Amino acid sequence: MSEAAAAVAQHAAKGAIRIQNVDKVYYAREGRVQAVSECSLDIRAGEICMIVGPSGCGKTTLLNAIAGFHDITGGAIYLDGQMLCGPDKPKAEPGPDRVVVFQNGSLFPWKTNLDNVAFGPVVQGRMTRKEAAEKARGMMADAGLVGVEHNYPGEISSGMRRRVEIVRALMNDPKVLLLDEPFRALDSLTKSVMHEALLEIYYRNKVTIFFITHDLEEAIFLGHRVAIMTTRPCKPKKILDVDIPHPRNYSVLTSPRFRSLMEETVSAVHEEAVKAFEAGEKEM
Amino acid sequence: MSAAIASGAEPRSRQRHSIFRNHLVRAAISLVAFILLWEMGSRLKLPWVGAVPPPTVVMKALLPLLTDQGYWYSWYQSSRRVLTGFLAAMLIGIPFGLAMATSRIFRDVTFPVFEILRPVPPLAWVPAAIIFWPTQELSIGFVIFLGAIFTIMLNVIGGARSIDLRFFQAARSMGSSNWDIFRRIVLPGVLPSIIVGCEVGIGITWNVVVAAEMISGGGGAIQSSAGGGLGFFIWNSYIGGSYPLIVVGMISIGIAGYISSSIIRRLGLLVTPWMRVR
Repeated sequence: MSEAAAAVAQHAAKGAIRIQNVDKVYYAREGRVQAVSECSLDIRAGEICMIVGPSGCGKTTLLNAIAGFHDITGGAIYLDGQMLCGPDKPKAEPGPDRVVVFQNGSLFPWKTNLDNVAFGPVVQGRMTRKEAAEKARGMMADAGLVGVEHNYPGEISSGMRRRVEIVRALMNDPKVLLLDEPFRALDSLTKSVMHEALLEIYYRNKVTIFFITHDLEEAIFLGHRVAIMTTRPCKPKKILDVDIPHPRNYSVLTSPRFRSLMEETVSAVHEEAVKAFEAGEKEM
Repeated sequence: MSAAIASGAEPRSRQRHSIFRNHLVRAAISLVAFILLWEMGSRLKLPWVGAVPPPTVVMKALLPLLTDQGYWYSWYQSSRRVLTGFLAAMLIGIPFGLAMATSRIFRDVTFPVFEILRPVPPLAWVPAAIIFWPTQELSIGFVIFLGAIFTIMLNVIGGARSIDLRFFQAARSMGSSNWDIFRRIVLPGVLPSIIVGCEVGIGITWNVVVAAEMISGGGGAIQSSAGGGLGFFIWNSYIGGSYPLIVVGMISIGIAGYISSSIIRRLGLLVTPWMRVR
């Protein structure tokens, strides 16, 4: 077991995802599309697993299958040994144990930040609005979100919005956070702040994180492991153990180990990116 | 509030205030210029404008009306009718639109009928309305109702469809029931469109008030300024050949429409506070 895996195992609690031989075929205007094929990946409980691959390779399809937004056409996905979707049940039931943070954000614009964060426990009937608001306030404060509780999402910066959204997801006590390029739209400076903020949140909460990204630096900086996916159909091409100990901070970026991991990743990803480009995949 | 500064969404309220003032000045300039041009055009007998009585003459016709009970009664009558027809359109149009937007079956069943009825102009409904309804007031209300309902429904349907799919997915993944989704996502998500629909819709009700009040035949009153409503007031002034009064009626309806739309806009901002930050 690698050092990274051992570090994860220490707090291993809940949230192990087993993706087993998953297939996903759908029919689009251009005909039959095999988005995911024979994809298997074991994500350990409490691990940050980064999923890297060319645009449109089917990463999001995988995330949608775990979240229960779309069905799969073969294989099975398990969460802590329990089948989410599989042969008899192609579509998982969406639930608060697997909360998604979307690429362009999905904070409800008609709710204040506080009400957004308090949303989950209230609709689940676990807390009254008042209790949820109290907990939300505490969690927002922990994430450095003070003074914006009563603002609407439209009134705060995009970096803050993203943080609010992550806190909103964590309010559900999820086993897994599903992040779909959450920082894509942010500038690189804000992004670096967000990375450290996310790690800080992670060190406090220890959930499993399934994180889709294009950004290799982001992938290696955050992840315990980086799964590099092939272009359509999507399956792991190479899984990289990032043996840089957590907790990490930005000084890691200049370390020799980080650079050599980068090199290793770059060549693997580049190959797939070229294939995707030549296949004419459109930006997704 | 540090957050507001960080986001670049700086003191908007202050900004808005100064724009609002400029806006008032510009509005006044535009109105004065309009009246001046009209006066000149009318006096110089320019084509088209030459046939319209100048503002001074219209004012002369208007002044005695300001103390005339019949004139104000016309305002009251028209406003009452517009409001009734409009409220009925809201009461029926909003739930209907929501049902069409959320239930595929309901939409498939009702949409063809809706689409066939929609292009029929309210004016074309006048004879049918007279035949359908037992009383004159009901006929008038019905025509006004038709003027607003389609716009309201279209906006509700369009608004519900344009709600971001991710809001539904996020709500689902946080454990929302169907009822939660409807109440906490669909309703607030569609509210801004409902308001736009109502704002446009109430304008249309004033557009059709003339057609609708032709039905009234003066509401039993014979004199031009007695309570048939503003729409009837115009029609009757035309029959009586009093051109300045036609213009008075037109302006009255214009002002009434403007006031109604602004009231809806204001009320709309009250119930959608998040739209103020956009």
